[in-house]
Order: sequence, then C-alpha cells, then structure tokens
Amino acid sequence: MRSKSSTFRTHRAVTTLAALLTGALALSACSGSDDDKKDNGDKSSGATAGSTVPLPKLNGAHLEVAAVWTGGEQANFKKVLAEFEKRTGAQVTFVPAQDPIINFLGSKIAGGQPPDVALLPQPGAIKQAVDKGWAKPLGAEARQELAKNYSQGWQDIGKVGGKQYGVYYKAANKSLIWYNARVFENAGAQEPKTWKDLLKATRAVYDSGVTPFSVAGADGWPLTDWFENVYLSQAGPEKYDQLAQHKIKWTDPSVKRALTTLAEIWGKKDYLAGGQKGALQTEFPQSVTQTFTGGDQPKSAMVYEGDFVQVNIGETKAKVGTDAKVFPFPAVGAGAPVVSGGDAAVILKDSKAAQALVTFLASPDAATIQAKLGGYLSPNKNVPISAYPNAVQQKIAKALIASGDDFRFDMSDQAPQAFGGTPGKGEWKDLQDFLKNPGDVAGAQAKLEKDAAAAYGNGG
Amino acid sequence: MASAAAAGAPPGPAAPRSRKSVTGTRRTVAVLFLLPALVLLGALVVYPIGYSLVRSFSNASGDGFVGFDNYKTLFTDDGIRTALKNNVLWVVFAPTVSTALGLVFAVLTERVRWGTAFKLVVFMPMAISMLAAGIIFRLVYDQDPDKGVANAVWVGVHDTFAQSSAFPKAHPGRRSPLVAQGGGFVTKAAVHAGQPVALPLVGVAPDQLPDDAKKAAAARPEPGKVTGTTWQDFTRGKGVGKLGAPDPSEVGYAGMRIEAVKDGKVVASAKASGDGTFTLPAAADGALLRLPASNFREPYNGVDWLGPALVTPAIIGSYVWMWAGFAMVLIAAGLAGVPRELLEAARVDGATEWQVFRKVTVPLLAPVLAVVVVTLMINVLKVFDLVFIIAPGSSQDDANVLALELYRKGFAEGRPGVASAISVFLLLLVIPVMLFNVRRLRREVRR
Repeated sequence: MRSKSSTFRTHRAVTTLAALLTGALALSACSGSDDDKKDNGDKSSGATAGSTVPLPKLNGAHLEVAAVWTGGEQANFKKVLAEFEKRTGAQVTFVPAQDPIINFLGSKIAGGQPPDVALLPQPGAIKQAVDKGWAKPLGAEARQELAKNYSQGWQDIGKVGGKQYGVYYKAANKSLIWYNARVFENAGAQEPKTWKDLLKATRAVYDSGVTPFSVAGADGWPLTDWFENVYLSQAGPEKYDQLAQHKIKWTDPSVKRALTTLAEIWGKKDYLAGGQKGALQTEFPQSVTQTFTGGDQPKSAMVYEGDFVQVNIGETKAKVGTDAKVFPFPAVGAGAPVVSGGDAAVILKDSKAAQALVTFLASPDAATIQAKLGGYLSPNKNVPISAYPNAVQQKIAKALIASGDDFRFDMSDQAPQAFGGTPGKGEWKDLQDFLKNPGDVAGAQAKLEKDAAAAYGNGG
Repeated sequence: MASAAAAGAPPGPAAPRSRKSVTGTRRTVAVLFLLPALVLLGALVVYPIGYSLVRSFSNASGDGFVGFDNYKTLFTDDGIRTALKNNVLWVVFAPTVSTALGLVFAVLTERVRWGTAFKLVVFMPMAISMLAAGIIFRLVYDQDPDKGVANAVWVGVHDTFAQSSAFPKAHPGRRSPLVAQGGGFVTKAAVHAGQPVALPLVGVAPDQLPDDAKKAAAARPEPGKVTGTTWQDFTRGKGVGKLGAPDPSEVGYAGMRIEAVKDGKVVASAKASGDGTFTLPAAADGALLRLPASNFREPYNGVDWLGPALVTPAIIGSYVWMWAGFAMVLIAAGLAGVPRELLEAARVDGATEWQVFRKVTVPLLAPVLAVVVVTLMINVLKVFDLVFIIAPGSSQDDANVLALELYRKGFAEGRPGVASAISVFLLLLVIPVMLFNVRRLRREVRR
C-alpha cells in the first residue's frame, strides 16, 4: 500500500511524462492523457493528474458502497476505494452485504438508508433494482468512460430498457478447470480439449491413485456453473438463452443430455473427493485448498470454477502457473463454452460523488489497481494485460477480452433470485439433490422445472 | 425463585388496604409514571406484533390484502413442513435432555469436593454467544477426521476394531483380465498350472502401498503349481507403461490375498510376497482367481454428522452443550433450598441413594425443573443461529426450523408476507408456554 502511494506521488510530480513512464500502461494512458489535459484545464484539480480519468474534488463528501465480497476480495477492493479517496478527498465506507444482495438492499432502502453505490452480481438484480425505482441512471461522464473502455456486449448487459445503469467493474471467467500440475505429470495426463479427453485424463488420474475431482457441493452455485458450461457447449447458445429465460422447460431433452453428461463425472463415487456425500459437505474454499495441498497426494487433482479460484489457491503454498495450472472448460459439443459472470456497480443514491465513483470504477485506473493484486478480472479492455500478476491470469484475461461479445452470462444469475440465487432453494438445491443421486436425471429435471415454474411465475 | 417469594411475602397481606393511597397516588399520576414504560413497550413490542399480524395478511409488496393465502402457504410449503417437524424434535428433546443433564450435574456436584470448579466448567459455554458456539461445532462435526473432533474420536474407536486395508481404491485398468465382483475382483478366465497369471490393478496411491512392497517381478512358471503376480500396473509420469506386464519401476502388491475359486468354493489361497508374486498349490488348477473384497475395504470415513439424517440431532447436541450448564445452575439453586432433614429422614428410614433421589429430591425439585424446562422450551422455539451456522448449505433444508425458515422466506426469497405469517404462528406457539410460566410465577408469589 505504502509503496503504491509513493508511485502515485511520483506521477503527480512528472505529469507530462506520465504516459511515457507508465510503460506497459502506454496504450490506455495515451488515450486518456488527452482528456486529462482538457479536464485539468476545466477543473484545475491537481488530484486527477497522472491518471486517465478526470475526477472532481469531493472534499467532505461521504459515500457508502455495498458489495458481498469478503476476505481478500474485500481487502483488495478497499484498496481501490482508498485510491478514490486519495484522488477526490471523499470518504468511502465499504458496507459488507450478504447474499442475496438485492434483498439486503431492499431492507436498507425500506429503512431510508440505501448505500450510494452497490455492486450487483446479477443482471436480474439490476433489472429488479430498476423496476423498483432504486437504481439511478449513469451520468454523461460515466457513460463516456464506459464507452471508451468496454466492448458492446459488456455495456449492453448493464442496460435496462435502453438506459445504462450498471458498470461491470468485475468479471469472472467461469469456464476454467484448475489442476494440480504435479498430479497430472505423475499420471501422464494431458490438458484436455474435449469432454472425451477430459474423461480420459480423469481416468488416468484415477488410475494413478489420486481422486480426480473436488466438487464444492455444500455451496449450490458451483454446481449450477458446472451445468451451465456443459449445457452451453452441448446445446448451443440459442438454447442456452431460451433456458435462461425459461422459454424452454427444464424437462427439455437437451437438459436431460446435459445432466446425463454431467453424471459421467458426478455419478462416479471414486471420481469425487469424499464421494458424493463428502462433496455435499465440501465448501468452495475447501474444494480448492484440498486440490493444491498434500504434495504428491492431494485429496483431488482438479477443481472446476472461475478465475477467482486463484484467491483460494493463494491460501495454499501452491504457485499459480507452476503448481496450479488451468485449462479452459473442454468442449462438450461443437465449441468450448465461455460462461462469464460479473459484478456491476449501480448508483442507488444519485450525487456528484456517487457518479464520480462509478466513473472511477469504469476506468482502467481502478481496475488496474485490483488486477495487480490478483484474483480479479476486469472486462475493461483498456486494462493492460501486463497488470495481471502472472501468466495464468494474463491468459484468462486475454481469453475473456478476446471473446468480445461471444460470451454468455451465468444462467443462474439471470434467473429470478428464488430459483438461481438462494442457498438451499431452487436450482442450487435441485442440483445438490442431483449430485446426491446422479442416477435420477428425470427426477432432477422434474424438480428443476417445478421450482423454475414457481420462481419465474411470480417474478421472484 | 426463593428470593422472589421471600420479597413478595411481607407486603402481601397489607396490599388490599394500601392499594389506593399508601402514598396518596392518584390515577393520573400513576399513568404519568407508567407512560414511559408504556410508550417503550408499545413501540418496541406491541406495534411490531400488530404490524406483523397485518403484514401476514398482505402480499409480498405489502399493499394488497390476500386473506389467509400466506397461512395456506405456511401449511403446504415443503420447507415449512420440515421446519415444523424439526421444531417438534427440538422442543421435545433439547429442553428435556438439557434439564436431565443439568439435574444430574447439580445433584452430583453437591457431593464432590471440587463441585464449584466443576459447575464453573459446565457453565462456561453459556459465556459465549450462540454464533461462536455454532462455529465451534461446525468444526467439531467436520467430516474430515483430521479436523473434526467428533469424527476423529469415532474413527479412532472404529479403527481399533476394524482396520482398513492396504489397497482401498485399487481397480482394474484398461483391458484388464479382471472383473469386479462383490467388492473384490475375479479373473475372467480359469487359470492353469504352469502358466503364470498376471493380476494387474491400478489406482493405489503410492504412499499408501505397504512398506514391504518391492519392485514387481514376473512370476516364473512352476510345474504343478499356479503362479502369478499382482502389482500396480502404473508407472509414475508415464501412465500404464506396458499393459499387463510389470514395468521396471512398477511395484508389487505385497500382502494381497488371492483365493482360487471353483464353483463358488475357495479351494486354495495365498498371500502375495513383496514383489507381488504368489504361488498356489495344484488344487487351484482350472479355478478362477479372486482378489477378495477384504483387500479393498475403504478406510472408514466416520459418521456423516452434518448429512441430512443426523444434522438435527447433531445441532441439538451442541445446544445441550451450551444450555445444560444453565439448567444445572438453576437446579443447584433449587437444591440448596431443599430441606436437608427430609433427605436425612429418608436415609435413616433405610432408603437407598437412588430412592432418595427418585422419591425425595426430584419431587421436591419439581417446581424448579418445570421452570427450567419451560424457559428452555421458549428458548428452543426461537432457535436460529445454531442451525444457520452449523448446517452446511446442502443440508440446511433438512435442518430447517421455523425461525430459520422465517429468515429465509423474509430475507432470501423476498416473501415478507409468508415470513410474517410464520412469525405470528411462532408467537401462537409460545403463548401457551408463556401463560403457563406467568401463572406458575404468580402462584409462587402468592405462596
């Protein structure tokens, strides 16, 4: 933290050379430095110098930002907020929220004390917030910053009814399988490109005496993500969109195929660390740590989840890139899936300071700070790839930016909260039951359809 | 209790006469003095109850009247039904077990030298919050015997009686001559004397192999005897290597039991030596070779404490851990008030200690026991934190109780109408218990 602040002070001293000095930042800095000069003239605030985004002076302003992040993620985000405080003089308080955040906000708003800005993890939640009249549209500065830094697809999912409400500050690439490199080497397994190869690699790992997979079944959401990857790749994006909007039923044959495919791994007791029962009591952080501890004999060789797995790998001694490696979720059907997620900053209490904060979050400056700290991925295309701390992270970021508009947003995040986002309910619970009893595909489908019908029916 | 009775007694007889004007108080003044308390009670207790009642008859957004719909949901929703069932379990078991344990502790500590120290220790869990207790017990009940105390003890006890085997996860590799049968493996074809047999398996973790395992060797043919090798057909870093034959770095399954089976009967058996080779007598000629299931018994993984079946009893256990101390302290106080002469008299009359306890101590303590049980019942009806924290997401549904369902409906699913209905229902459940307690207390005071 301290070392970082001193760098920024240096930048301030040599404003004109900023673009040259930042080296890797050259691309984004160049495009931004013009704005700097113009805006510096207007506002004559020294605080914005050396940055790519103009921010007003906000001494005395007080902001509250609500997000569900905990642990390292929260600590890293607070560093971004600290930078905002330093540049503008505003005071920002982080309000830890709990899932589902939309209901948390509901009680805050009912109490007349909404946070100024909230980070909503689902497009559905943004829509709900707009429908209820909580969310305020973005101002011109924020929209301009957004247009400059984001691809059309990422801008569009922050829109409701053609108006821009959300800035996707954080993205997640949820089509990754992380593996323990040592186990793969011992087993002579290769990074698979297709589902068939994945089964082959799984078998090889199993034959070598290591349990292949760790599945975090105590949490429901990793299970929905598993399903989404298989489904997107197998049934294709069109069906994916239809199922996400519940235009086709969960009893559709395509769902049956996807679940049956999934059971090729979930259905084998010896393929899951602890068997199905053990998996149902494994929480996400543990599913990662048990894959990357234990030397030659970890409890499992592979764990599926998004880029944020790195944060948990950080808790072990394994090094991302050498001990812990990653491959994209293999293609089950025609092409490999790219399922993404993300958190969008939405303004709930309109003010100059809130607009400035969202503008800041849309800028590469904010994203670059958190990118350097690891465990974070930005959909902002002007964040230099070199800002990510390691090769693996750079690979993931590059893949996400390169997919352009061809990604699909997490399906359960698009569904009504009661179906796709409530612990112990709806899709989470139904897939947990499926993991418990992977033979019963039809039963799982029936339950999913029943819960989906109820949730989509009453609109949450 | 005793002190309340003592304090209440003296002014008792004087009460009827002095009520009007002991200090010349008039009604308005009385109201004036009561006002702050009434306002506070009204704002903090009566108004929320009334509003919940109103809310329970309205829809999710709170602006439409829906009649008894929310109450209908209350009795048809699966989640709420499990919650109800679990609440019954809680109300029946948690208070009684806590009180019984408290009674035993209280009576026993009376006669122990270090009674006070013991009481202090038993009472200690009351000093921490339910939340902290929940986190502690989440760890206690952890599935992994290396983490969870409960399973560590259980597995330890289990393993002293039934050892796990050396090759728990062994299974046939590709194109194996073996097929699975009843937990073990058996050859597809009969074996013959003089032709060495290969029994390759894969999947045993290298550090789990027996210490005396050596490099696998191909068996030599011996006339009149069935010979063969059983080994791990897997080379580190290379996969299987040469299928069906021992590669240089592959290791024998030392100690693997091999049975020769003819028509379902074991005709001969042998144990593999360090390099995996074994020799069977001529009787095995023409038999199928079987690696019996005892070779592959999985290590015992302990009890699924937080699985669907045991999660509620497990959480009740943690509740008892907390509240047995509370029961003990109250009962010990009651015990101090029991006249010694009665116990002495019973003993003089020749009663055994058990009879004294059953026939004298417990009846004398009955009022105290009732208070403790009822207090705990009220407490148990609203239990939330322990369940919320201890039950993992996958079995939260199975551990559900009304208070948790109230929270889930109200704050996770956004159905405040149903949540209000649950809260009204909970209130109705608590009222009879409370009436009982109030009535008993009043009787006590009158006495």
